[in-house]
Amino acid sequence: MSQAVDEIKIGGLGASRKRVEDSRFIRGKGNYTDDIVLPGMLHMEILRSPLAHARIRSIDASKAWDIPGVQLVLTGDMMATRNLAWMPTLSYDTQAVLATDKVRFQGQEVACVIADDPYIAKDACEAIVVDYEPLPAIVNPIQAVADGAPVIRDDKENQPDNVIYNWEVGDSAGTDRAFADADLVSKLQLHYPRSHPSPIECCGSIADFNRATSKLTVYMTTQAPHIIRAAVAMVAELPEHMIRIISPDIGGGFGNKVPVYPGYVCSILASILLERPVKWIEDKSGNLISTGFARDIYLDGEVALRRDGKILGVRMHCDADHGAFFSDAQPSKFKIGLLHSAFAAYDIPAAHLTARGTYSNKAPGGVAYRCSFRVTEAMFFQERMIQAAADDLGMDQADFRRMNFVRDDQFPHRTPFGFLTDSGQYAKCLDVGLKAIDYEAFRREQAEARARGRLLGLGISTMTEPLGAGNSREYDILGIKMFDSADLKVHMTGKAIVRTGAKTQGQGHETTWAQIVAHELGIPAEDVVVEEGDTDTAPFGMGTYASRSTPVAGAAVAMVSRKIRAKCRKLAAHLLEVSEEDVEWELGRFYVRSAPDRGVTIQECAVAAYSNMPDGMEPGLENTAYYDPPNLTWPFAVYIVTVEVDPKSGVWDVLKMVAVDDCGVRINPMIVEGQIMGGLTEAYAMSNMQFITFDADGNCVGANYMDYLLPTAWETPGFELHSEVVTPCPHHPIGAKGIGECAAVGGPAAFVNAVMDALSGTGVRNIDMPLLPDRVWEAITYRRDVSGAPPVRSDD
Amino acid sequence: MTMVFDDRGEETAEFPVRRIKFTINGEKKIAEVEPRLLLSHLIRQGLRLTGTHMGCDTTNCGACTVLVDGRAVKSCTMLAVQVDGHSVETVEGLATASELHPLQEGFREEHGLQCGFCTPGMMMAAKSLLEANPDPTEEEVRWALSGNLCRCTGYQNIVKSVLWAASKMRAASGE
Repeated sequence: MSQAVDEIKIGGLGASRKRVEDSRFIRGKGNYTDDIVLPGMLHMEILRSPLAHARIRSIDASKAWDIPGVQLVLTGDMMATRNLAWMPTLSYDTQAVLATDKVRFQGQEVACVIADDPYIAKDACEAIVVDYEPLPAIVNPIQAVADGAPVIRDDKENQPDNVIYNWEVGDSAGTDRAFADADLVSKLQLHYPRSHPSPIECCGSIADFNRATSKLTVYMTTQAPHIIRAAVAMVAELPEHMIRIISPDIGGGFGNKVPVYPGYVCSILASILLERPVKWIEDKSGNLISTGFARDIYLDGEVALRRDGKILGVRMHCDADHGAFFSDAQPSKFKIGLLHSAFAAYDIPAAHLTARGTYSNKAPGGVAYRCSFRVTEAMFFQERMIQAAADDLGMDQADFRRMNFVRDDQFPHRTPFGFLTDSGQYAKCLDVGLKAIDYEAFRREQAEARARGRLLGLGISTMTEPLGAGNSREYDILGIKMFDSADLKVHMTGKAIVRTGAKTQGQGHETTWAQIVAHELGIPAEDVVVEEGDTDTAPFGMGTYASRSTPVAGAAVAMVSRKIRAKCRKLAAHLLEVSEEDVEWELGRFYVRSAPDRGVTIQECAVAAYSNMPDGMEPGLENTAYYDPPNLTWPFAVYIVTVEVDPKSGVWDVLKMVAVDDCGVRINPMIVEGQIMGGLTEAYAMSNMQFITFDADGNCVGANYMDYLLPTAWETPGFELHSEVVTPCPHHPIGAKGIGECAAVGGPAAFVNAVMDALSGTGVRNIDMPLLPDRVWEAITYRRDVSGAPPVRSDD
Repeated sequence: MTMVFDDRGEETAEFPVRRIKFTINGEKKIAEVEPRLLLSHLIRQGLRLTGTHMGCDTTNCGACTVLVDGRAVKSCTMLAVQVDGHSVETVEGLATASELHPLQEGFREEHGLQCGFCTPGMMMAAKSLLEANPDPTEEEVRWALSGNLCRCTGYQNIVKSVLWAASKMRAASGE
């Protein structure tokens, strides 16, 4: 009889283990960047530009220097003398650290004050006088490419206009043929509005340069400590071994905490100059108007259709507004992220995508806000185009999708834009979702309600997301290949510590990585401590974003556990006095194949690694694994929403939402469901209220939580989650796929499709997100589409 | 709090200071504060109780929620001098040395937190609710927490956590 340990009891794979990190957070004993106090620490504040586009005539900081308690005032000219006025971005562009020649967006960093106290630093910022010469502002891609548009990046050579890139992918000729053969072409124009990840904790850093040791330690809010270390080494020209980046507890990231921001750089320089620790903690306005935004893409989409509903081809053109500096954090090969993952779940013979990126007088970014590099836009465009195509054909939304899905027997499948998907049960997920929402019954209810003047709608969205970049052949950031790592040390008593190159921000790595070790080695999860975020102790990794932790770092944890198990097998053979070939493994225990009662536990092997190893064996029980994934992982999901729209006010309410997520094997189902609910809420937010726009002068509308609306517990609907469909990833060591972002990626289109479905028959083809009551009311009242694109100047 | 400034040979600047007396988590304190000092900064920097977080500075996010005389207050929008003579409770006052508060247990049991940043404020707002209404409906919990933002959880589990705590507290009080 098996003497294996019970996997669920030890908190292994599939256990909804309570989270380890909670015990400090519920006591108020988290350790976030702003909680850290170092001896002699000073405080930094940033003076930001009130104008979107202006030449700087002069900066007079003399009154700031006069305020008692002020230690240093930094301006762009001072940065320039140290070659630090500009820094490289993660997308091979440059970004101003402190403005020298011009300001290029409202909220741009112009000067910094370092003082004994944050109140004094704020006072001193107000005492700095900047003389600006205003310039016309550009707030959308149409203006950016208009004849005679002012060139925003006149700092760059070979930049005669505002175009950053033109990029294309797919089969242009084949797509042209598909459209020539089409019975019907369905067209749609959309704007995915600018949004901001907006974790509740803003960005911040404490730089601590020690002249005596020449070592720079930076505590900071970063999702990718090792990338930051490489960037700091480049920018500050310090050797990498003299830089230690520590990412303590992070109060939410969602992509906002991947890039390098001027505040980090200024606090580092200030600490080097003053030889004291310098703390910078951003306020919310600073966070919302200057740090990495997301989305802001315009789509011109076309679907070529056969009369019977078969999709023959897809054509997409996207205009991406990147703001003043191209600082997207994304794989360098793909200029518009993984937008070409669109239609990966559909069997489409030909597709072609063109994309143009432009500068504007808006904050830089294009960060992957809870998504794998613009997959959110890809899936939103896809599902809006699918809905419009089905409507144009007069086909049922569910039937049209089912007819065009990649079938279960078609894997591995080459997507129309060249990705290779490997697994999924798309139709089955759809069926589970339709049953959960009671599709037929709702359609009847909808028709009856319509007859009485009530507007009900049902929206379907499906998504498959390429998660877990690399492989390293195709994915790199600034040339650094996108792999990840794990380091596992098993102590003599069989307790262990695992470190990875990822960095948790609420995803629960401290809980789940221990579960993977428990699954692989049979060591109880509570005996495994997880540590991340310190570049002096963690193995090199690319960090946590794009749902890559479980697909890449989680895989590395499994692989390093297997290396440990392989060594333990040798130790077990030695202890059992048999040859290694005669040793069998069951969870937590090796035994002799011919005598299963004769065995040793993994803990006994650990003791032996330090006290009784065979001759010639290296002592100790630790190892490191670097994991380069063979492919992305491809989770799939179906989200279905029903809504009621009030035609008199334009207000819409969610009646029911069901989510069917197939993310392969779930390590901790409780945590997975938490991720899905969080993602659905952000999807609801984007569809309903959450956006940042600009007036014609480039003033940011959405610079605080009074203007930038986030849903509260009151507005947020309830969600019904389904986990019936499990398609393990064929190449991931434990069969897991990414999940953290799926719902935020696939969710928005479900809400929008539901409202548009409620409006069917009115002739309204599109309302851009967010579907604010006034936009919905305008669409219903005037029977017209409503665009959300920022305005051009009325006097233009 | 002692402040030391560089002597630049000028007239020493005047730093108006007010002396206040208040109670924090049951302990009596005296502090000398600038009149403009925010309560949240007194708590975080003066008392080194860093469980009270600051998210937005504009009274919207609720991460800094504490109780003043038992009522939930956003401490970033109250001046420290305003608690003179009053009683303040923070997240650090929830647990005893040996026992967690039912709200703390509830948040762990129902996975009511992810990054943990909004959690102390959520729990304090919930404590204020449960003291006034020991048996709230889901809707009442949602309304009571509508001044507190969370970006991770989607609130569903936060609501469950509060209801879990309410149930446990009622059982403990013998209802």
